[in-house]
Amino acid sequence: MRHQKIAFALMVAFFALAPLVLYPVFLMKVMCFALFACAFNLLIGFGGLLSFGHAMFLGTAGYATAHAAKVWGFPPELAIAFGTLCACVLGVVTGALAIRRQGIYFAMITLALAQMLFFFYLQAPFTGGEDGIQAVPRGRLFGFLDLSNIWNMYVTVAVVFLGGFLLIYRAIYSPFGQVLKAIRENEARAISLGYNTAMYKFLAYVLSGTLAGLAGATKAIVFQLASLTDVHWTMSGEVVLITLLGGMGTVFGPVAGALVIITMENYLAQLGAWVTVVQGAIFVVCVLTFRRGIVGEIANFIKKPL
Amino acid sequence: MFQLKKVAAAVAVAMAAGGAQAQVSGGVIKIGVMSDMSSLYADIGGPGSVAAARMAVEDFGAAKKGMKVEIVSADHQNKPDVGSSIARQWYDSDGVDAIFDVPTSSVALAVNQVTRDKGKAFIVSGAASSDLTGKACSPNTVHWTYDTWMLANGTGSAIVKTGGDSWYFITADYAFGHALERDTQEVVKKNGGKVLGQVRHPLNTQDFSSFLLQAQGSKAKIIGLANAGGDTINSIKQAAEFGIVRGGQNLAGLLVFISDIHGLGLNTAQGLIFTESFYWDLNDQTRAFAKRFAPQNNGKYPTMVQAGVYAGVLHYLKAVEALKSDDGGKVVAQMKNTPTDDPLFGKGRIRQDGRKLHPAYLVEVKKPAESKGPYDYYKVRTQIPADQAFRPEKDGGCSLVK
Amino acid sequence: MTEIFGVPTQALFGQLLIGLINGSFYALLSLGLAVIFGLLNIINFTHGAQYMLGAFCAYLLLNKLGVGYWWALVIAPLIVGALGMVIERLMLKQLYKLDHLYGLLLTFGLALIIQGVFRNEYGSSGQPYPIAQELTGSRNLGFMFLPIYRAWVIVASLVICLATWFVIEKTKLGAYLRAATENPALVQAFGINVPRMITLTYGFGVALAAFAGVMAAPIYQVSPQMGADLIIVVFAVVVIGGMGSIMGSIVTGFGLGVIEGLTKVFYPEASNTVIFIIMVLVLLVRPAGLFGSQK
Repeated sequence: MRHQKIAFALMVAFFALAPLVLYPVFLMKVMCFALFACAFNLLIGFGGLLSFGHAMFLGTAGYATAHAAKVWGFPPELAIAFGTLCACVLGVVTGALAIRRQGIYFAMITLALAQMLFFFYLQAPFTGGEDGIQAVPRGRLFGFLDLSNIWNMYVTVAVVFLGGFLLIYRAIYSPFGQVLKAIRENEARAISLGYNTAMYKFLAYVLSGTLAGLAGATKAIVFQLASLTDVHWTMSGEVVLITLLGGMGTVFGPVAGALVIITMENYLAQLGAWVTVVQGAIFVVCVLTFRRGIVGEIANFIKKPL
Repeated sequence: MFQLKKVAAAVAVAMAAGGAQAQVSGGVIKIGVMSDMSSLYADIGGPGSVAAARMAVEDFGAAKKGMKVEIVSADHQNKPDVGSSIARQWYDSDGVDAIFDVPTSSVALAVNQVTRDKGKAFIVSGAASSDLTGKACSPNTVHWTYDTWMLANGTGSAIVKTGGDSWYFITADYAFGHALERDTQEVVKKNGGKVLGQVRHPLNTQDFSSFLLQAQGSKAKIIGLANAGGDTINSIKQAAEFGIVRGGQNLAGLLVFISDIHGLGLNTAQGLIFTESFYWDLNDQTRAFAKRFAPQNNGKYPTMVQAGVYAGVLHYLKAVEALKSDDGGKVVAQMKNTPTDDPLFGKGRIRQDGRKLHPAYLVEVKKPAESKGPYDYYKVRTQIPADQAFRPEKDGGCSLVK
Repeated sequence: MTEIFGVPTQALFGQLLIGLINGSFYALLSLGLAVIFGLLNIINFTHGAQYMLGAFCAYLLLNKLGVGYWWALVIAPLIVGALGMVIERLMLKQLYKLDHLYGLLLTFGLALIIQGVFRNEYGSSGQPYPIAQELTGSRNLGFMFLPIYRAWVIVASLVICLATWFVIEKTKLGAYLRAATENPALVQAFGINVPRMITLTYGFGVALAAFAGVMAAPIYQVSPQMGADLIIVVFAVVVIGGMGSIMGSIVTGFGLGVIEGLTKVFYPEASNTVIFIIMVLVLLVRPAGLFGSQK
């Protein structure tokens, strides 16, 4: 669709030009969270499943990547791949448990599973507990690209983000994605049409978790740190907030949401706890009056899907 | 955060300012005070540290000397990822030249790393881990005020020598708690005592009942509290509920600040023995400082951490003035080459591994009847001379020590 | 010193006691959640914040108005319950016709707001709240020291939980409630004001949370974050017990508290996660929960 191609071009242009004016590390954070939210959105926006424990993927991949890069000396591309793989495995295991239930129950189960994992990470020695895994080396990508150079790192993150974004786009507009949407609309009907809905939901969950892991793995290399913040339930809440504000069920919504929320957090950081209050207020306002989200409202205005 | 890179502006200022300002980045010496502003360590450092830094800049007379000094502050919320993000942003895009305070050792270790990578300066006052001048030592970091070794050696050996020879630890489960527990266990064993066990608790725990029960069950004579701030206050308060002292055991606060005693009240805290490196009532100079400080800190008297920020900023500014530059590594080297002299810690010096040396004081908390005025809480038992108060330089495993 | 299974009795009974205390809070909170979920079909994420509000109410009553603990036990739940009813009327009502997930998101947002405002005002550390004069001290039972206040917590929670169960299961009011849960339209046709019943039920569930908060204040210190991590454990308790089952929440609440306490004695590393592990097991074997019915 043409308008979507325009939106995509605008997005690429923004991330290409913005680092000349804005702090690149800030933009890399936006991209990581945008990918995280896009992955989350695949599950809720197109699969109709609200996972309230998505932080477990972000954090698990982060710890795995940090450990691989720092302790085992993996080069960054292998460390990130390893982290993503761990998130995938986690997705398979938790998915098998969680998919059995839907709606609210699914949300509560994912929340509880994530919390369980949080406590495990809190105590496991390899994560460093409250200290986290610090001083993670950036390394040389494919053996030659030195990632401690900010521009090399930035381009790498941008490539990962755009690659993940396009993968999700393809998934949404593929036959797989169509069936998923059908299941979200009316699962009973999809079953009666002969689709193994449980398998579709499971696959969507694993894909979502894996890509969320990719975001977490990349973030660990960018910030050279993996910490408990990434597995805490407030992080799960944050990705819900980003997606809700940006527009659930839209393709570009999560990116817009990430930009707004991360900017707001940065800007308001010196106000301390007010950030939480503003986040809560955004939740309330969005649920009551702004359910389509930013991109959803724009899409509604131009009468075309975004 | 959204400022255009100040390169052009800085060059212009540098060229215009001429002489004295030529090598100070951006024409401004920017000091960042990073602390816990809202959680369990907020009274130990927090806004009080910012006030202390401001007082130091005034007392240094920056304005009269033609030096522009700015202070920024931030709350690291005791999280290493928040702390390292703030440090990174401060150094990369906000022009901060040096970071001060940072209680919470896990954050300090992260900031230590970022500071080293960016070639800036880090003067730690709040964090305790002796690793900062040991295996994590850096040419860009100075560790002021105190560390876990000083606490262990001061408090630990004093208690063992008076008969407390079996210990059980309740430890805050992060870098600081582990370091303090480790250093104290060494001291206990060196003095012929036994360690019967330990239990780890998460940072900022509200309910210590199950940990205290385990300590009670161990039947150790001394329950060592390897935690700080709000955690220590809660442990001591709740120990009373479970009849720990009545049952014949004693609590040893391994890291206690005057703000904790204020929170506990003399009734509960009397008799506690611990080590500090500053007390407002030591001499005329410290008393004068406290009288000026309290009105700027909601009436609360300075803790040793806040005193350390004051003294650290003073010494830092002296070094910058002498060098006419705020290049991190060079300034820290200058700070090590210059003996220190400030109204709060007296005369001292900074070693090659970054450790600041000054005397430590073994204090005992007064009984309520013995206290004659606000914050009159301590009796100074002994003064430990500077060369004995801190770990010998060669024992730390610091790569900077030849 | 006597030992059971290689553990000194003092440690064992001490942890059991703590387990029962934790269980009391789990039971009170999951009861409130179960009542609200049963009638409104909303997962009240704000429950943890409302628990915290109850504790702060007690703290403020004491420090600003000099009103003591015993009064606070009654006043705080009333105030917070009333606030809850306002929330229900203004905001939750609009969500009933939507997907239930929106209720979860709204209450999550409210929890963030409430916790954030208080954290701004009071920081993250706890404010002290003294134990009521009549309940201070501890009794030496020989095999352990029993703090009197903590014994009171267990007794009071049990009484309130059983009273609630009695009202809902055995009285006419409770019968209307249960009927309205199953078929609100029909019950409304009989002339019962169902929307008002819903509002009052929400208020009651919130009041239960606030009551738990007042009881928690002297033990756990009054801090803005006190409900945040607790609520997630309570969710797991509710899932295990079976959502909407009143007796189920009470039994599982106390039971899981005891199991957690025992785990602390024999295998402390797992004590944080044991409830979640049990939840996973229950989900595999009985997805509707131990006492729940297939809905």
